[in-house]
Amino acid sequence: MSEQPEMVFRARGVTKRFALPRQAPWLPRRFVAAVEEVSFEVLRGESLGIVGESGSGKTTLLKLLLGLEKPDAGELRYLGRSLRREVQVVFQDPVSALDPRLRVADIILEPLRVMGLREPRETRLHELLQAVGLPRAAAGRYPHEFSGGQRQRIAIARALAPRPRVLLADEPVSALDVSVRAQVLNLLLDLRRDFDLTLLLVSHDLGVVRHLCQRLLVMQSGRVVEAGETRRVFAAPAQPYTQLLLAAIPTLSQRRTA
Amino acid sequence: MSAVSAPTEPVVRVSDLSVRVGTVEAVHSVGFELAAGRRTGLIGESGSGKTLTALAVMGLLPDGLSASGRAVYREQDLVALSEAELCRLRGDRLSMIFQEPLSALNPVQTIGEQVAEPLRLHRGLGGRESLARARELLERVQIPRAAEKLGQYPHQLSGGQRQRAMIAMAISCSPEVLIADEPTTALDVTVQAEVLRLLDRLVDEEGATLLLITHDLPVVAGLCDRVLVMYGGHLVEEGAVGEVFDSPRHPYTLALLESIPSLDQELPSGRFRAIPGAVPGLGQFPSGCPFRNRCPRATELCATMPALEGEGHRAACWHPAS
Ligand SMILES: Nc1ncnc2c1ncn2[C@@H]1O[C@H](COP(=O)(O)OP(=O)(O)OP(=O)(O)O)[C@@H](O)[C@H]1O
Ligand SMILES: Nc1ncnc2c1ncn2[C@@H]1O[C@H](COP(=O)(O)OP(=O)(O)O)[C@@H](O)[C@H]1O
Ligand code: SF4
Ligand SMILES: [Mg+2]
Ligand SMILES: [Mg+2]
Repeated sequence: MSEQPEMVFRARGVTKRFALPRQAPWLPRRFVAAVEEVSFEVLRGESLGIVGESGSGKTTLLKLLLGLEKPDAGELRYLGRSLRREVQVVFQDPVSALDPRLRVADIILEPLRVMGLREPRETRLHELLQAVGLPRAAAGRYPHEFSGGQRQRIAIARALAPRPRVLLADEPVSALDVSVRAQVLNLLLDLRRDFDLTLLLVSHDLGVVRHLCQRLLVMQSGRVVEAGETRRVFAAPAQPYTQLLLAAIPTLSQRRTA
Repeated sequence: MSAVSAPTEPVVRVSDLSVRVGTVEAVHSVGFELAAGRRTGLIGESGSGKTLTALAVMGLLPDGLSASGRAVYREQDLVALSEAELCRLRGDRLSMIFQEPLSALNPVQTIGEQVAEPLRLHRGLGGRESLARARELLERVQIPRAAEKLGQYPHQLSGGQRQRAMIAMAISCSPEVLIADEPTTALDVTVQAEVLRLLDRLVDEEGATLLLITHDLPVVAGLCDRVLVMYGGHLVEEGAVGEVFDSPRHPYTLALLESIPSLDQELPSGRFRAIPGAVPGLGQFPSGCPFRNRCPRATELCATMPALEGEGHRAACWHPAS
């Protein structure tokens, strides 16, 4: 019972800087710290939300976890067996994330092909299309024939194809209309329950994070300013910035007129 | 402002307004009024026809699209006006804030020139004078270091700043009618809250009439007094915000409201509430009531389009929810 939860990622004092364009050749180069001295861990089977204003370093943090960016300082480790095989990502911009020359079937099955996984491709494809609520006929078409929301679902199907144990998702539902948004969110809930999926979710929709994530990191200018259990943070935010963020969410009951 | 008409009198009266994309009708004979000094929200998922309705009122439909019906502003039918007459009104008496500031702003013209342009065009101000006014306007929309921004280009501003610059341009001539199409959809919550507060204040100060287009219902609750709901190119419900949000009559409005997860309560039965199916594409909505292939209350009766009925709070549904 008192078993230690297994750690999936561990970050210690991670910093990532980007060089800004020089204002003039004789002026010194300036840097922006996209992520600064960040420490946290991700536990097996949990879902962790990352929130914060635009430019606070959320996407950069995901890229560091994936090894797509190298930290300038600090240590970052994946503690599972194989990052490449076990971790998948859904990026923020579904339009640029899909190869326009490939048919949807090839896009979705690409990770299986790249990893050389043997699996009945047709069956898996149909399972995945159904899971994200796309018709079978979608398989033979090209990305430009789909709306933004549909493309987002194609990207999610692709990420799920190799049955990842860990899914990183950057604003996976912000391009989706309410109709489809709930369907995708429920799919994530199911995967968490049925496959013990570990989920890292970046979202500016705090309502989504509130119901999908047990824990929460709040980022501001590259730093984690608050971390804790989602319910606790919503009920009693400790940091002024978190309070500001929560107060900024419009709600149906805040009316201009009675 | 002294020119504002009595509060009950509509500034814009839209009737029987339809929009065609080629030969396909995308907006079907919508009618509504914008009462002077009021703030009206226009909600619906993407593809409902919100933007096309707004563009038709402003006479800004792109090539290949056409409008019919009437949109009367001060005894002038905007649908029938010539382009020259529309140009005289647009950016002056009628103004629009667009969904994507980056594509609506000219990338190779400075912010200062663009904000000053309506003043030169409609108020006959000279270069120096109009730039000085542009600077005041940028300060008014709370852009930091406004003087510096005058000489910068759109890509050098952040998303929130670009949206503010566009608001500055839209209010430069103190418009009587302001249409804002998803003005904060591309912004994060903290910036969104600031931009909405700003819009709210400006509408008050200018005594303008606002039509706010959004798919975010809570934003409408906080800013508007009336609300229009569109689906499938039809106006399906209309009324005071309190009435429509507290006792929605149209099943689509009800479904939209139920899909918003509560921030202080757990999800009912542990799931997010979905509306079954997806919004059909243009020309693919069912005949009769456009919502009937997704509606839990649908019957055979719904194969015929219901009329928008009621006093003050109107809905187009054979089996209204309340
Ligand atoms: N490749 C890069 N080169 C230079 N600067 C970068 C680069 N990537 C990110 N940055 C900067 O690092 C900071 C953090 O960016 P990041 O994309 O991580 O933000 P974010 O929290 O994901 O924001 P959003 O919510 O807008 O997606 C920003 O100031 C950004 O401009
Ligand atoms: N320029 C256009 N050409 C062709 N179809 C269009 C054009 N603009 C809009 N449409 C179509 O008309 C319908 C309504 O669009 P729109 O008014 O933009 O919806 P909303 O603003 O509610 O998202 C959609 O199906 C959309 O794809
Ligand atoms: S008219 Fe019929 S299908 Fe349409 S919303 Fe009402 S009950 Fe549903
Ligand atoms: Mg990002
Ligand atoms: Mg639109």
